Amino acid sequence: MAMTAQTRRAPADLAEVVRFVDQEIAPHANAFEKAERIPREVLSRVAELGLWAPFLPSESGGADMDMVSLGRVHEEVGRGCSSLRSLLTVHSMVSASVHRWGDQAQQEKWLRAFAAGEKLGAFCLTEPDHSGSDSTAEGTTAVRDQDGWILDGRKKWITGGQVADVLMVFATTDSGMSTFLVEADRPGVRVTPLPHVMGTTASMLAEIEFTGVRLEPSALLGPPGWAAGTVMTNALNLGRYSVACGSLGIIRAALEACAAYTSVRTAAGVPLRDLPHVRQMMSGMVTARDAARLLCQRAGALSDEGDPATIMATWVAKYHASKAAAQAASDAVQIHGANGFSPDHQVARLYRDSKVMEVIEGSTQVQELTIAAEAYREVAQ
Amino acid sequence: MSNDARTEIRSFITTKFPDVTFSDEEDIFALGFVNSLFAMELVMFIEKAFGTRIPNEELHLGNFRSVELMADLVRRQSAATVG
Repeated sequence: MAMTAQTRRAPADLAEVVRFVDQEIAPHANAFEKAERIPREVLSRVAELGLWAPFLPSESGGADMDMVSLGRVHEEVGRGCSSLRSLLTVHSMVSASVHRWGDQAQQEKWLRAFAAGEKLGAFCLTEPDHSGSDSTAEGTTAVRDQDGWILDGRKKWITGGQVADVLMVFATTDSGMSTFLVEADRPGVRVTPLPHVMGTTASMLAEIEFTGVRLEPSALLGPPGWAAGTVMTNALNLGRYSVACGSLGIIRAALEACAAYTSVRTAAGVPLRDLPHVRQMMSGMVTARDAARLLCQRAGALSDEGDPATIMATWVAKYHASKAAAQAASDAVQIHGANGFSPDHQVARLYRDSKVMEVIEGSTQVQELTIAAEAYREVAQ
Repeated sequence: MSNDARTEIRSFITTKFPDVTFSDEEDIFALGFVNSLFAMELVMFIEKAFGTRIPNEELHLGNFRSVELMADLVRRQSAATVG
């Protein structure tokens, strides 16, 4: 990418992010979706604005951004384009993992490049032959040999996989599950684009096959075995937070689109905005937006405090925001009538993207198992 | 510190799982109520409550199996910080 660590400046403030989304992202999001990719120049603009990993410490090229502020950035980007927000999500997960679990050599090798967007990361957990909700999948293996590791297996639905430089891969080892950092251009790595997906179509999804990929011992990220589950949970928690904030962005986009549309569109001479059933749906979006914002802020603030309660707060925020985004986008299509199905309006894309939010980083149904279990524990106290 | 740590760690666990009874020496993983989410919460709790960052080499199951072992981990980390 053109932007370098030397030329990147401090991250944009929120007002600048809003302008970036309003002028350079949202108006083109349908075109991104049609092209099934985010243009390189847009990825470079994200780097120029310092938005790839601003939460990293300044000594690593970041800006020490707190999680609440990061959530607002991902909300704004999600308001404009869920595909781009998805790229931010997985890159954040990889960057944060290297920051938290990487040794000094790994941090020196990768963090500045991650912060500058010179190298992009992708999170490789889901496998083609296992449910994405089954994080104990054992299809991909890393076997020790005298020079390090040999990696074999396949990963699927890898966001950003078509453009990622560094793959954070979960694989089964003799110690149990472990995490590896794998350069995408290593011999034996084959990246196959996954076209024509229904939502986040421009997030450049890929299936990635690893065939006898040789890795140095230094490719191992963090502790192996049982503790790798902590590496995974930590990364997924950040991803879940980002998706929650991005879902909030979808709700806002749906609401704003409907407010504009119903202000000019009429039925039998009456502006749509004066119809009670339209107002009912608009009211639902407003309430859902405000609730999502409060839940996201709570999760982010707890994360900033290092409070373990952030984990459940993030589950709740994502659960609400993703479901509310799907409902808001569905209502937005309904309000737009036939126009809601047209590529001339953005609500059809919002509808497709919102459904993805209910599936990724913990499906709605998996979340219900976890959140309900917490409720029973609370009652038992 | 170690006794205080035991008390705080036990309190954190029993607040989350009030129906479970266990001794400080008992393997809580063998009791079946600890999943990956709660394991992460345990790590975060220890780091926040005792102002430490658990290094990778200490982050293994053997250090988290019981209240006693977690308290020992806290004691070692505190000693390392002071040292």
